[in-house]
Amino acid sequence: MKEISNEHPAFSQSTFNRNLKKYYTFYTGGFIVFLLALAVAEQMGMSRAWIGYWFLFATIGLYAGIGWMTRTTDVAEYYVAGRRVPSFFNGMATGADWMSAASFIGMAGTLFLSGFDGLAWVMGWTGGFCLVALFLAPYLRKFGQFTIPDFLAERYGGNIVRFMGVICAITCSFVYVVAQIYGVGLIVSRMTGLEFGVGVFVGLAGILVCAMLGGMRAVTWTQVAQYIVLIIAYLTPVVWLGVKHTGIPVPQFAYGYTLQKLGDVEKKITADPKEMEVRKIFADRAAAGRAALAAPDKSYAEGKAKVEKNLADLKAANAPADEDRGGGESGCGLSRERERRARCSGRREAGLAARAAPPRPHAQAFPGKDEAAQNTARLNFIGIVFCMMFGTAALPHILMRYYTTPSVQEARTSVFWSLVCIFLLYFTAPCLAVLAKYDMYTNLVGSSFASLPAWASAWAKVDPSLLSIVDINKDGIVQLAEIVIGGDLIVLATPEIAGLPYVVSGLVAAGGLAAALSTADGLLLTIANALAHDFYYKLIDPTASTAKRVFLSKFLLVCAAITAAYVTSLKPGDILFLVGAAFSLGASSFFPCLVMGIFWKRASKWGAIVGMAAGLGICVYYMVTRYPFFGINMPLLVRLEPGIGGHVRPAGEHDHDLHREPADACAIEGGAGAGRARALPEPGGRYGGQRSADSLGPLIHDKARFGGPCFCRIDFCWQGDWR
Amino acid sequence: MELSAKHHEYWRKNLVITAILFAVWFVFTFVEIWFARELNSSMTFLGFPLAFYFSAQGSLAIYVALIGIYALIMKKLDKEYGVDEGDLE
Repeated sequence: MKEISNEHPAFSQSTFNRNLKKYYTFYTGGFIVFLLALAVAEQMGMSRAWIGYWFLFATIGLYAGIGWMTRTTDVAEYYVAGRRVPSFFNGMATGADWMSAASFIGMAGTLFLSGFDGLAWVMGWTGGFCLVALFLAPYLRKFGQFTIPDFLAERYGGNIVRFMGVICAITCSFVYVVAQIYGVGLIVSRMTGLEFGVGVFVGLAGILVCAMLGGMRAVTWTQVAQYIVLIIAYLTPVVWLGVKHTGIPVPQFAYGYTLQKLGDVEKKITADPKEMEVRKIFADRAAAGRAALAAPDKSYAEGKAKVEKNLADLKAANAPADEDRGGGESGCGLSRERERRARCSGRREAGLAARAAPPRPHAQAFPGKDEAAQNTARLNFIGIVFCMMFGTAALPHILMRYYTTPSVQEARTSVFWSLVCIFLLYFTAPCLAVLAKYDMYTNLVGSSFASLPAWASAWAKVDPSLLSIVDINKDGIVQLAEIVIGGDLIVLATPEIAGLPYVVSGLVAAGGLAAALSTADGLLLTIANALAHDFYYKLIDPTASTAKRVFLSKFLLVCAAITAAYVTSLKPGDILFLVGAAFSLGASSFFPCLVMGIFWKRASKWGAIVGMAAGLGICVYYMVTRYPFFGINMPLLVRLEPGIGGHVRPAGEHDHDLHREPADACAIEGGAGAGRARALPEPGGRYGGQRSADSLGPLIHDKARFGGPCFCRIDFCWQGDWR
Repeated sequence: MELSAKHHEYWRKNLVITAILFAVWFVFTFVEIWFARELNSSMTFLGFPLAFYFSAQGSLAIYVALIGIYALIMKKLDKEYGVDEGDLE
């Protein structure tokens, strides 16, 4: 394929590159001025809500503005940005396309909670680019098509291959885009206090303006802008925290010593008698849970009595009790109830037992009680790394980006710049996790409940699912075992932990928004292009005019966005589960037939078709039987353990939700201190405040999303794994 | 297009380079993970236990380097065998 819209490549390309550098230098400068202006405004008394609004509307308006300026109806511009994106800019765009809400907000939290084991994600999400560079990007660029199904059809020949490719591309992109829109809704609602639903639509409007008007061209230039926002947002607080703890502004190279100090603190905490006392309390509770499990009838009667008493108490206290909790309880048959109770007791016990364990050394690889458990942990680690790497090398929205470079060589350098851009964030995340952990272990642990650090009490009040501290042994001092933390807290609260002004918190939220929006942009475009270009133009109406094709693509983009927003509004599970699903689907369906198509001459059409079908089929089958896929109806079809993903819904919108039921029973049962039922105040709880509406709904939760052993409500997941 | 002997040679060199870089990638990913416990207890680097360092930073930097080296070598090879598409700058 020749350069279509580039009649004098030698001349226009260099002018174009120069102009790009100029524009983006101005843009970065302008963004920094904007930050400083807001910082000054904050000092002069601008309220936090207004800072949030400014960030939200200024950044979305900016992205929409870029979308408007780069609108196009030209086919080559719309599908592949005219194939003239210089490698460095394509690298930045790929970085933003690649790094989603899960990377930006979830990653550091995961590392905080699971230490060395979390590094599987860091390695998996970077190492995959080696596969892209060595096996895919230059060859795909050489073929010079518009989409990935295009490549498959060109290589293997025939419409069946193309059709399979369309199905696979849409499946994995759609699963992924739901996760991103979810992230958009959450961040917008956190940032501004708007409703979750409103947040979704504000974000969506921003996505649509730019992706719809200009296709790949607009998405590319917006993604470059979004990368700049997100990397500034990620690095600012870490640099600050680094100066505080290591004394140098590049803590990435110096936090090894902080890690050593953290190890000493962990040893001290393990041996501390007060900590041991709290852990003993949890161990006793776990033992009591086991006893209850052994005698389910008795425990059922007791539990029911407790629930009734709690409800009565609540009514007496005039608290907003959820009728359906009590109702659901009595409406169930005894045998089902018993089964359910046995399931959640098991989970609760796992959660309690984990809280009863001493902190795990952060740097320790593959912890486990014996050699066999450690080897299993190692295999799981390798499994995650493998899946993420091969998934990276198969996601169509990433591979598509390498069609936009001017040449094969630029495609190769572009993968290099992509990984450089991604590396900047990914090698900072483990550093942030260690610094935040050290700060928390030294400043929060051991402080008195009467004088908690300001950020801790603020976040515990805002959202107990992110941070909850309860004086279990009633000694007035915070013990590590008394803290329950949600991974998302780490990135969101770092500016406050580091003592930075609120404007930096707003910046971090804007960065998270940029990460989610940019990924959603790329994904929606992939879906719309697969439908409009591969399905309609190539399969149904090969005579369609270019204007019609581009129009159809824009129309389908809006349809895909609305469908995705609708599915998101059903809240199908948690972000990282969906992300993991998208990677698994991509890796199992696309990777083999793409690479074999490039490197193996004898790979045939039917081989590719069967391969894709088998990969997709096995992967979907596995997920459907192992997890409540798409969270809502699957448990009805196949008997599953409901409640994986630890997603939480606000009270009152879940009357027919199967997930909710058992989790609630657990939560009520655990009301004595283990699980936190939101409507039930916890005895002795200081900050067991009611979780407010949707806006503080499910962010990204930890153990459950990685398919760990404890699949219950977040309360339990976090308890299970937070050290 | 009829492929000449020169094209075959280019392709063979390309495969060799790819295989070598792939092997390095494999060692710094899976072999490193396999022996993580041993590496962690063997020594520290910049204060990090060795396996932690590699998983958090070292392997990542090696990935970046691998891709950079690949792009450079292939650029040279493209020129040498006359299969490059000309400089668009």
